[in-house]
Amino acid sequence: MEQPPSRAKLLTKLFFSMLYISAFTFGGGFVIITFMKQKFVDELHWIDEQEMLDMTALAQSSPGAIAVNAAILVGWRVAGFAGMVVAVLGCIIPPMVTLSAISLCYAAFATNRYVALTLKGMQAGVAAVILDVVCSLGANVLKMKSAVHLAIMVAAFVATFFFDVNVIYIILAAGLIGVVLAMYHKRKGGLAK
Amino acid sequence: MIYLQLLWSFLQIGLFSIGGGYAAMPLIQAQVVDHYGWLSMNEFIDLITIAEMTPGPIAVNSATFVGIRIAGFSGAVVATLGCIAPSLIIVSLLSYIYTKYRNLSTLQSVLGSLRPAVVALIASAGLSILLEVVFDGQAMVLDSVQWVGLCLFGAAFFILRRFKWNPILVMSLCGAAGLVLGLS
Repeated sequence: MEQPPSRAKLLTKLFFSMLYISAFTFGGGFVIITFMKQKFVDELHWIDEQEMLDMTALAQSSPGAIAVNAAILVGWRVAGFAGMVVAVLGCIIPPMVTLSAISLCYAAFATNRYVALTLKGMQAGVAAVILDVVCSLGANVLKMKSAVHLAIMVAAFVATFFFDVNVIYIILAAGLIGVVLAMYHKRKGGLAK
Repeated sequence: MIYLQLLWSFLQIGLFSIGGGYAAMPLIQAQVVDHYGWLSMNEFIDLITIAEMTPGPIAVNSATFVGIRIAGFSGAVVATLGCIAPSLIIVSLLSYIYTKYRNLSTLQSVLGSLRPAVVALIASAGLSILLEVVFDGQAMVLDSVQWVGLCLFGAAFFILRRFKWNPILVMSLCGAAGLVLGLS
């Protein structure tokens, strides 16, 4: 592990690395985690590879945006509480600035005929992008060949799309099933021993 | 009052969107469009489109966009804080537990059951966006079908599935096609 000369310098470096990664990463949490690994594992050697993998699993399985979660984990690991604060700031400042600028122009933009037509076309594209992602994710669930998981997927879809059940209840129910399954497997494992 | 609503609303989005990115989308729709009516369905789809084209998590992008439109820049800050607060607490706690016990198996089992539900929720949000594109918010009858949107969706979906083009490129091309076809 390299020991950077001073704490202030370390925090500055962490902040600007995160800012840079966040500002230039298009396309979701996994992409940004890859960039963080390149920066903090391969380039700066602040974190080892195994730890970064565990952090990825944690960032994914926790509530909230993956990028923000990863920034929290990396920040704590590199420089404690202060590290966490600067890493999170670095991570959220670029999208906040970009979206502030866009939302200020949006009202003027959206009434413009050319912009409206372009956005309308892009909406068709975004529907395709989302349903493409759904197909890939759905195929992964099917590959697991788990009847419970399949049932959860079908039930959740019917509940939300046809019956307008609150999204939060659906997530809580699925999480609860996961806890019960984990306890069941633990008990079965315990008896087998 | 409006700040409290923004904070509470985005707290829930931050707390219940597990699995990142698209997982936040159905929650944002439920809160911002269905519950509070801060955005119309059409504005919501524009927001998702913009969030796809710009860096940063969809939840943070949405918090800024909605916050600033509802209550100016301070609204954006409040909404963003709301959406990252659950992460700050829970992930910090998990980070502590992880360094102490290094055991993720129960967590991963819970995640295993959440994933199919999250996929279903994203599918539902995606379909409601598609219906909006195809019927433009009108009754679902053949007369109100927007053929340009439907054809663009079909072409984009085919290209993405078959040739795996970059999504941002595909969306930009759809935008250009929408402009050209709309003007002609």
